[in-house]
Amino acid sequence: MRKQLCDALVARAAKPGMVFLTGDLGFMALEPLREALGKRFINAGVAEQNMVSVAAGLARQDFEVWVYSIAPFCYARPFEQIRNDIAFHNLPVKLIGNGGGYGYGVQGPTHHAIEDYGVLLTLPNMSVYVPAFDEDMEAIIARAGTSPRPAYIRMGRGEPPGGYTVPAYAPWRQLTCGNGPVVIAVGPLAGTYIEAFERLPVESRPNLWAVSEFPLGQLPGELLVQIEKQPGLCVAEEHVRRGGFGSELLLYLAEKNITVRRFRHLYARAHHYDRYGSQQFLRRQSALDADSMLAVLKGFQHA
Amino acid sequence: MAKIRLTTKDFSVMRKRLLQMHFDSGVGHIGGNLSALDAMLIVFHEYLGGEDKFILSKGHSAGALYTTLWSLGRLQDQDLKLFSKDNTLLATHPPARGIADIPFATGSLGHGLSLAAGTALAFRLKGNNAQVFCLTSDGEWQEGSTWEALIFACHHRLSNLTVLVDHNNLQGFGSTADVASMSPLWDKLQGFDVELLVIDGHDPDAIRAALEGERKRLRVVVLRTVKGHGVSFMENRMEWHYLPLTEAQYRQAIEEADLK
Repeated sequence: MRKQLCDALVARAAKPGMVFLTGDLGFMALEPLREALGKRFINAGVAEQNMVSVAAGLARQDFEVWVYSIAPFCYARPFEQIRNDIAFHNLPVKLIGNGGGYGYGVQGPTHHAIEDYGVLLTLPNMSVYVPAFDEDMEAIIARAGTSPRPAYIRMGRGEPPGGYTVPAYAPWRQLTCGNGPVVIAVGPLAGTYIEAFERLPVESRPNLWAVSEFPLGQLPGELLVQIEKQPGLCVAEEHVRRGGFGSELLLYLAEKNITVRRFRHLYARAHHYDRYGSQQFLRRQSALDADSMLAVLKGFQHA
Repeated sequence: MAKIRLTTKDFSVMRKRLLQMHFDSGVGHIGGNLSALDAMLIVFHEYLGGEDKFILSKGHSAGALYTTLWSLGRLQDQDLKLFSKDNTLLATHPPARGIADIPFATGSLGHGLSLAAGTALAFRLKGNNAQVFCLTSDGEWQEGSTWEALIFACHHRLSNLTVLVDHNNLQGFGSTADVASMSPLWDKLQGFDVELLVIDGHDPDAIRAALEGERKRLRVVVLRTVKGHGVSFMENRMEWHYLPLTEAQYRQAIEEADLK
């Protein structure tokens, strides 16, 4: 997604009020943006706390400010700066975290960002975007860029099957249809299930939805109907269980008196592992891969 | 450019108002407010204008800031009456919104200098020659983020930013020398590309002189101050980081402020 990010930001760079701060990252990706922004491209160095507060200072003076780093360095180290300096003042600083979830795989636990949006969504005024496909970046940058609120963009890697036509960006998109259970996946994870689901007969094929924006607004009416009607609901997210989308969704449904017949939650568990590996390895360990998902859906049928 | 020149009597009046506000509300943190008040008054009355900004990094001196804004007519007696009470705008640390002269809520140490650097950078990018002033404590230089901000401000040669350090030698649970000594702090600062001045933080003319003149780089003014300045039983005593005034103490403090 970094190329699409760079392209989308370069397209905005002509705005004199736009400033981009990076925590010394972006090699082989953001050079065109540096070229386009000139002195408004600031490498703030390896000092994320300062970078975030500097961004707040710039935003207070009406600059459109984008802050970029590897996802965990973007929100975990400078959390207090995000809370006090950005969120409390509702300053529209846009934080971009690359490699959200298990994106940095075997780089190890310090580079995983599996509690990012849960933590950030505890803050007032904060919006979160989780693009599902590379093609989403243009629309998400436009939406975040025009929003008057602070935002965090969790970047990953679009993973649609070969030859797949990515649907136009929307906060909620249905990617597969059938008479099977409902599956809602956060961001790029949704793309990893398409191929396996398409192979299933329509009677048991899940209704797969990708969700890309938080906090939850109004859920699509069609999705609510499916949740009530279909035999089960499974939520998958590359994020820890606590503070994640799964519990947020269940609260939403409970307040609307919508009954879920059977519910399963697949989530990131790597903080409890003592072995490391690629993003795919870690997904398998967390039962987030397509085979594990199919096993869960089979369980719904046999219930 | 100087606007007005505060007199000795002005400083005394403001000190008494600060004491009254704290006494009325039963609030402590008086010592660090009294050490910061003189410089804050001079910055606001004699230097700040137009789009200039002041950022109070040592948010626990909000009382001195509120008193200063009161002295400028930007806060009223009825505002100060609610200081640190329920349903107030004037929390014990500066609020996030509602007071135009306070751009940021502060109180967690180590944020203000970065916020000030961002503001100064914004002015430079806009071609605006407004100035930014930031007041830090001395204990606050134990926060790593303060040094991050210093590195950034020096690297970008933010000559439109002046950092004032309220160097009163006392922090939350001991003296800075005993807790985590950098003594003397200015020796460490000297290693950076800054215009460094170390002055008596209660000498108005020394403060004025430190704020004058063209700047080519970041200016750092270390104000050698006295915690509890102007009140004999508070001066250089750590407990006045916390304690509220009894009525007898308040009366003595007011008498002493009159004498000064």
